[in-house]
Amino acid sequence: MKQGSRFWAWLVFGVGTTYFVLPLLATFEFSLRKRRGEYSFDAYRSVFGDPNFQATFTYSVVVAVFTILLGVLLVVPTAYWIRLRLPHLRPVVEFITLLPLVIPAIVIVFGYIRMFGSNSTLPFLATARGTDALLVIGYAVLALPYMYRAVDTGLRTIDVRTLTEAAQILGAGWTTIIARIILPNVLIAVLSGAFLSFAIVIGEFTMASLLNRPAFGPYLQNIGANSAYEPSALALISFAITWGCMSLIQILSRFAPRSANRPN
Amino acid sequence: MAEPFLSIQQVRKSFGATTVVQDFNLDVEPGEFVSFLGPSGCGKTTVLRMVAGFEEPSAGKIVVAGKDITRLKPNQRNVGMVFQAYALFPNLTVAQNIGFGLKVAGMPKADADRRVAEMLDLIKLPQMGDRYPYQLSGGQQQRIALARAIAPKPKLLLLDEPLSALDAKVRVSLREEIRSIQKKLGITTVFVTHDQEEALSISDRIAVMYGGKAEQVGTPFEIYNRPATKFVANFVGTLNVLEGIVTDAALGKVRVNSQEVSLQGKLNGSKSGDTLSLALRPEAISLGRHPGRDSSLLGEITEVHFLGSVIRVRVGIGGSTVSLDTFNSPASPPPAVGEKAEISFSSGDMLVLH
Repeated sequence: MKQGSRFWAWLVFGVGTTYFVLPLLATFEFSLRKRRGEYSFDAYRSVFGDPNFQATFTYSVVVAVFTILLGVLLVVPTAYWIRLRLPHLRPVVEFITLLPLVIPAIVIVFGYIRMFGSNSTLPFLATARGTDALLVIGYAVLALPYMYRAVDTGLRTIDVRTLTEAAQILGAGWTTIIARIILPNVLIAVLSGAFLSFAIVIGEFTMASLLNRPAFGPYLQNIGANSAYEPSALALISFAITWGCMSLIQILSRFAPRSANRPN
Repeated sequence: MAEPFLSIQQVRKSFGATTVVQDFNLDVEPGEFVSFLGPSGCGKTTVLRMVAGFEEPSAGKIVVAGKDITRLKPNQRNVGMVFQAYALFPNLTVAQNIGFGLKVAGMPKADADRRVAEMLDLIKLPQMGDRYPYQLSGGQQQRIALARAIAPKPKLLLLDEPLSALDAKVRVSLREEIRSIQKKLGITTVFVTHDQEEALSISDRIAVMYGGKAEQVGTPFEIYNRPATKFVANFVGTLNVLEGIVTDAALGKVRVNSQEVSLQGKLNGSKSGDTLSLALRPEAISLGRHPGRDSSLLGEITEVHFLGSVIRVRVGIGGSTVSLDTFNSPASPPPAVGEKAEISFSSGDMLVLH
């Protein structure tokens, strides 16, 4: 009986792994076929040597960093305040943060174009910097479901109210409380949200393309439309970046400050 | 009389239509240790939180050292507080926790380090500065929390059930430690607890609270021996309550289960025919007649519990049961259930509850 259940467990594991790994292996194998008759890393060499790759990737990394900063500044105080003072509003806020999953990015970006065009009172789109800022804001919105959930889960593991009161009675103001007590205790959660945001921003196409920004997503699409082997190499590179982010979350979570009440 | 250090004047607190604290008044002398004692929901923690600034009174005012602090924010009050759940900052070491208030106040690092070391010595944990809270036991964490609260030299120390989360043995040793540190520093302290033994053992005065009001404020001796209300008498210590009918108000005669006892001078305006609740502490009652005890009642032993050094005996007197303790004596066997028994007491020890 035990042998039988182990066999099925391994079978399910094997099928799952094959489903996941086989396309990757196929893509990898295809990406090595650029040189006729032999395997080579020519496609990778071509991708890394392309100045557009470097420019668009750097642009997306910078935008991702600003997106993370904006997300943290927006989400940490909001989630903290909701937990501390407005717990009855939590379902409402959770619903709002889920909206980017329901409303397609294309709808959001068309809304932005109408709202923030050069004739509007907030003409973000009138300049390149303004458009970059709007892209960052748009990405922060897209990453909101992940960032909010990660931070909220982090806040759940600490006694927000008592820690806040303990800091207050010792003379601390709100900035000190958030910067020195709350943020360090939810840092790993914030980093999880940050890396998820990073992964979203690096591969995002719709917003960057419709706002006409030189981001990595449109570059991927462009290469995919015009080359044979480079898109496979790029897909694997993007995949490696995303996996790298996830691994970093795992590594950093080992350094999380441990709660007094939950020593492990 | 000296000016009170902490003065809580006509304080009321309502949450919507529910009033949880009503017309609460209390003056605390400098250096005094006052406990708020009462059951859950009596408003004791709410009063403490109003003193700390975490709740704003709906009416009334709170004055500390002559300054009205009613509307001040918690971080402007210079008050120290220890919480039930320790509330140590998990991301900071013990030394950083203790030094947190000093750093916030802008104390130079060298002075702050000196003060932290002083505090660690005071709580007898001098080697623990580099540890994190999760590496400490509950008792150690609470001592650190105490050190953190008193490090910035607050005007007032508030203790919100600081011993509730600890096991019995640590609780007793820590409460003695808290009291000794409080006496050493001379810091005015308000302590909230629902544990009467805790309150009786370490307080200069106790405010017994019920239904958002202070039922009685007095020394532990007064609270225990001269409870002002039925609630205080019942809540603090064990109490035997008997129903009695005044038979002769002028002479102070009261009939308890068709037996007469004399309570001259204790009837406080009761009229003949009035029904009274009479109370006796177990330690005021003896089994059998004893010299110096002027009153007695006859009954029957209904229960006997051997507790080692003490034997707890319950005696049925009419419809009521009286509980008393006698010391175990190896030379004489304990009383038996069903035996007729006479209990004696001094009428001066009998409390008339209003």
